[in-house]
Amino acid sequence: MNILIKNGRLIDPANKIDSITDLYISNGHIASINTAPEGFVADQLIDASDKIVCPGLIDICAHAREPGPSQKGSIKTESMAAVAGGITTMITPPTTNPIIDTPAVAKLIKDRCTEAGKLTIHPMGALTKALEGEQLAPMHALASSGCIAFTNSRNAIANSLVLTRCLEYAATHDFLVVFQAQDAALAQGGCMHDDSTCTRLGLNGIPESAETVEVARCLLLTEQTGVRAHFGQLSCERSVRMIAEAQERGLPVTADVSIQNLLLTDENVNGFNNNFHLIPPLRSQLDRAGLIQGLISGTIQAICSDHQPHERAAKEAPFADTEPGMIGLETLLSLSLWLVEQEMLDLPQLIEKLTLAPAAILGLDAGNLAIGRKADICIFDPKAEWRLTPETSYSRGKNTPFMGHQLKGKVTNTLHNGQVVYSAN
Amino acid sequence: MLEHTDPSQVQLTKDGELKHFITTEYLSREVLTEILDTADSFVDLGAKQVKKVPLLRGKTVVNLFFEASTRTLSTFELAAKRLSADVLNLNISTSSTSKGETLKDTLMTLHAMHSDMFVVRHSSSGAAHFIAEHVTPDVAVINAGDGRHAHPTQAMLDMLTIRQAKGAFEPLSVAIVGDILHSRVARSQIHALRTLGVEDIRVIAPNTLLPRHIESLGVKVYTNMQQGIKDVDVVMMLRLQKERMNSALLPSESEFYKLYGLTMDKLALAKPDAVVMHPGPINRGVEIASSVADCDRSLILDQVTNGIAVRMAVMSMAVSGQTKSRSNNNGTEV
Repeated sequence: MNILIKNGRLIDPANKIDSITDLYISNGHIASINTAPEGFVADQLIDASDKIVCPGLIDICAHAREPGPSQKGSIKTESMAAVAGGITTMITPPTTNPIIDTPAVAKLIKDRCTEAGKLTIHPMGALTKALEGEQLAPMHALASSGCIAFTNSRNAIANSLVLTRCLEYAATHDFLVVFQAQDAALAQGGCMHDDSTCTRLGLNGIPESAETVEVARCLLLTEQTGVRAHFGQLSCERSVRMIAEAQERGLPVTADVSIQNLLLTDENVNGFNNNFHLIPPLRSQLDRAGLIQGLISGTIQAICSDHQPHERAAKEAPFADTEPGMIGLETLLSLSLWLVEQEMLDLPQLIEKLTLAPAAILGLDAGNLAIGRKADICIFDPKAEWRLTPETSYSRGKNTPFMGHQLKGKVTNTLHNGQVVYSAN
Repeated sequence: MLEHTDPSQVQLTKDGELKHFITTEYLSREVLTEILDTADSFVDLGAKQVKKVPLLRGKTVVNLFFEASTRTLSTFELAAKRLSADVLNLNISTSSTSKGETLKDTLMTLHAMHSDMFVVRHSSSGAAHFIAEHVTPDVAVINAGDGRHAHPTQAMLDMLTIRQAKGAFEPLSVAIVGDILHSRVARSQIHALRTLGVEDIRVIAPNTLLPRHIESLGVKVYTNMQQGIKDVDVVMMLRLQKERMNSALLPSESEFYKLYGLTMDKLALAKPDAVVMHPGPINRGVEIASSVADCDRSLILDQVTNGIAVRMAVMSMAVSGQTKSRSNNNGTEV
């Protein structure tokens, strides 16, 4: 199977390419750039004039809900949503049901992903059994079954000795540990950022310290154990500063942020709109500015969707009684382009944060369009305007405040392993 | 990036009339004054031989209490009956939700029974707002207390009591004392006092019972009661729930009483004609001394009497707003 992507603006940060050119794909791999390989006959031609051609996006945190409650989503439905958003690699957390703390669950996810045949899913394994923070999960076996990193998700390990042991064990095998930092006691019962909006609405707040105290503890233990660590979905400006300081001292820590925390603040919760019930919560304008600054300076390497689909009923209740999270696979790229429009990042920088940077954090053979590499490709029209509607969106969840909102930048084609897995009509 | 939903519009008709009563926030001084004036006209009704007016005749009012309550429920029931409505009291915490029914389904079921008004008390902040905005916008929703968010009829009966005792609002200094953090009453009082023109609103509590940035609501914060209560005209005490001791918010009831309990000694620091209020039920010897609760400056029982009048006022106003809103909508459809 030969595919020719013609006349697109190829942006490949890994190889510092930004030019209008042709891309030749053969047998699932990049065969050539600019000039046709000898004897190349295209089976399929994609005209990418006025479009951007870049590596398929890598979403470093997205919940596919499988195994688990199928009314929220499945690998099949959420894979389709992902490729419609230009995402060809998705990292899923272990908070499935059952939890990814046995190789069988990890294998099931890989199998379902292959069946769906749209993209690559790399599950993250549990750091402790049942995420209970008591016994180590079988990390080596999980890694052998496809787990790419280990996390206890938002269930912080209360016992610092157990946490230390987890990190020591992970360091032994050079596994990446991902922290989704949240102190359980400080966040308990909370549903939004603890500030004046929270006070007015009479909701239970989650103070910054719920994140920063845990980030501090994790940084200290990362330093002590020498583990490779990544901080997922930061929400506080102070966390960014602490991580920047650690990086300056030479600690090999990385971080990502969800696009919603870059765009929205706690003031959006005004009026009790349940779609803004998110964990980590939307925080202050200062935090948002700090996160953007961290992204620009490179303290934060990657942007993720933190995609969390829910069925309607899960969001139809008084604010605090609803389940937190919003969908984001289909809007990740469009929303991220806002950072380019605001001239906070240029387009190649943004694409790096959605492709090469997450690949580097996770050590993936992806996010790179050099000759011979896997042809995971996203083609999008940066100027096309569109609306996400419940009828046209692919995710089983429809829970996003951006539903019906005018968005700019539309994915037109997505290729995974050299196969076209999505084409917009 | 996203336009905020405008929370001020939920409880008003296009013409700015009340159609739900969710919160005292965002309401104009005119609307709040109209509530007080309407309530005033109902105050004397209770003393009459025949205590009824026909304003809600033929209407069905459902009191939906997801949280236990005695005085609020009974005053709402009396208010509805004095307006000649048919009243149904439902204690939901012991029926539907224990069978797994969602709040929305419970409301839709009652909606199908052609109810005209839901009086809702719920432990979650935003519950009444959720019902009014998303579940049954065409049924008048009266918030009888939602989580820590709002208890607007309590606040308005407090305003009525203050107006009766003091006349104008502008020159007053008002102190709200106690568990501000968990108090929907305090939040609703603060919004109402501000809108009615009170400049000097003080909250008095230890840091553990103060919500973050409460000063953003336009109040002055005092952690020392002697300083906070000095020269105020009105002292509004809040109930302290006993479980606060167990959650490490306070060391003991006795320490709280010593520092923040309203005693005659502390009341002496307020203006000589300062009045004392409390939403009830009172904890004697925890937040208020019996000698204060029972003294002639205590307006606690006036508050109860006014509660019925204020609830009659907002119920009749909301039903009227709903009726107008419906006929307007019908008009545009034709």
